[in-house]
Amino acid sequence: MSAEQTPILEVRNVSKYFGGVVALKEVSMDLRRGEVMCLLGDNGAGKSTLIKILSGVYPPDEGEYLLEGKPVHFTSPRDALERGIATVYQDLAMIPLMSITRNFFLGSEPTRGRSIFKRFDIRRADAIVRQELHKIGIDIRDPAQPVGTLSGGERQSVAIARAVYFGAKVLILDEPTSALGVKQAGIVLRYVAQARARGVAVIFITHNPQHAYPIGDRFTILKRGRSLGTFTKAELSRNDMIQMMSGGEELEELERELHEFRLQGG
Amino acid sequence: MSVEVKTGTPLDERLLQESLVRKLFRRPELGAISGAALVWVLFALVAGDRGFVSLRATANFLEVASELGILAVAVALLMIGGEFDLSIGSIIGGAGMTIAILSVEYQWNLWAAIGVALLFSLVVGAINGILVVRTKLPSFIITLGSLFIIRGMTIGLTRLITGRTQVGGIKATTAYDSASKFFASSFEITDPASTRGLPAEFPVSIVWWLVLAAIGTYVLLRTRPGNWIFGIGGDANAARNVGVPVSRMKAILFMVTATSAWLVGTIQVLSAGGADTLRGEQREFYAIIAVVIGGTLLTGGYGSVLGAVFGALTVGMVQQGIIYTGVDSDWFKVFLGAMLIVAVLVNNYIRRRAAEAR
Repeated sequence: MSAEQTPILEVRNVSKYFGGVVALKEVSMDLRRGEVMCLLGDNGAGKSTLIKILSGVYPPDEGEYLLEGKPVHFTSPRDALERGIATVYQDLAMIPLMSITRNFFLGSEPTRGRSIFKRFDIRRADAIVRQELHKIGIDIRDPAQPVGTLSGGERQSVAIARAVYFGAKVLILDEPTSALGVKQAGIVLRYVAQARARGVAVIFITHNPQHAYPIGDRFTILKRGRSLGTFTKAELSRNDMIQMMSGGEELEELERELHEFRLQGG
Repeated sequence: MSVEVKTGTPLDERLLQESLVRKLFRRPELGAISGAALVWVLFALVAGDRGFVSLRATANFLEVASELGILAVAVALLMIGGEFDLSIGSIIGGAGMTIAILSVEYQWNLWAAIGVALLFSLVVGAINGILVVRTKLPSFIITLGSLFIIRGMTIGLTRLITGRTQVGGIKATTAYDSASKFFASSFEITDPASTRGLPAEFPVSIVWWLVLAAIGTYVLLRTRPGNWIFGIGGDANAARNVGVPVSRMKAILFMVTATSAWLVGTIQVLSAGGADTLRGEQREFYAIIAVVIGGTLLTGGYGSVLGAVFGALTVGMVQQGIIYTGVDSDWFKVFLGAMLIVAVLVNNYIRRRAAEAR
């Protein structure tokens, strides 16, 4: 197989158990360069368990985890990060009172000078931040302004921009739009599309089909710890997706119940 | 009329002005600097004719402010890093007594005694830091414990070795002359306007204070470890995830505060010519007050060394200024407590302005 065809990241039949609870059972998924894979599922479907395995928080109990075709065993998120797998969590891990620049470069500050004269090159850091954020369409007046002054969508975008800038090959986005309004979610989705165009592979976790459908190339749907399969956009209509995520019968049942309430009330 | 023409300033200029105000509000030391200026003006108005506005009074409050300020610079770094150190007052006493006993009772060279005291402080700081990092207990609890342990050991051991609680006679030791140049000398400046013609003595501790403040500001704002300090205080987990050596940084910060306590202890012992087991009592709280007045957030992640410098200056001015007003200095602590609460309220307001959503 050539490098082009090898998925950048793949899991085969991974399972995870917590005590007597089956969190994930024999789930398989693969991810290619320059695609957005949407990971969909209702609460409790096993989305978080899967991304925690992918991002190195804990290993799978069964199954294989392959990175560029080779098996890997991550012991920490740092481990995964060093191999190019960056996870941007919903709660961001950004420090609101620190400036955008200081947040962006925390732990990887550019320096100038040597030995005791080695110092944080803030001017260069500011310039890079301004440039990187300009690329994604966020014009900040001052990179020294606290992250707390940014809107939710902008904050998510800065976190993603940071991961991309530091060389992420695989970007795992945990519910990046779930706390955002339509307009703010649009900022983030547009930026995810840009990252994809640069060849980054993206795993986009969401339970919102309205956000997943426009951005996704393929869709993996989880339900109660099992995979219902991976589908291309052509194979799956928006309606199919909603039906599969929540279970069609359950929705119909709900509809019937709600209808009854209305009759009683009237 | 021509009013409209005159008020029609270009849009760009107006934006620039707004962002300058915003920038100023974003500085954590803004409150501390204006607070210090306000306190000085108040005392100048109330006690200006009683000698507060003079070189001698200035030297007076700068001496108090400098010893507190040396501590505050280090404590500011630690508090921005998200931790407390309540043991520094006890380290002042312990380090001072170590110097006195070794040099006077055991006739050690004074420099060697000062070196051993430094070693003692570094070890205490390292133990504080390692305990905080390893046990994950709040540093408030760990260092409250070491506050009592070190103070108790200082009193107990001093009594055991000397049978007293005070040890004098440092000025008669060999090497006092060379050591006192660094820790206890002063610059005399005679005020030409002073009617009594007595020179004002500015102690060398002021130089230590300003040099350390400059170094602290530089490290905090212009080095990688400085950025890490903000990070570990803001969100230690987030910092750890991006590769910041959180545990090592915290341990180092505790060693820095302990070292600042050693310096103050050394300065006090050499200026007074002797040590007392109770030296440095409550200094940990004064330092925290100075740092908080300086705009540093109690929960970490936000603050400034420069602010702490002005916080210490404010505390020093109030402590010495009260004497000039003729009010009984018993009231100093009332002012100090009230100032702390006002400072926190003002700083909270400023911080909200700084971090408010667009």
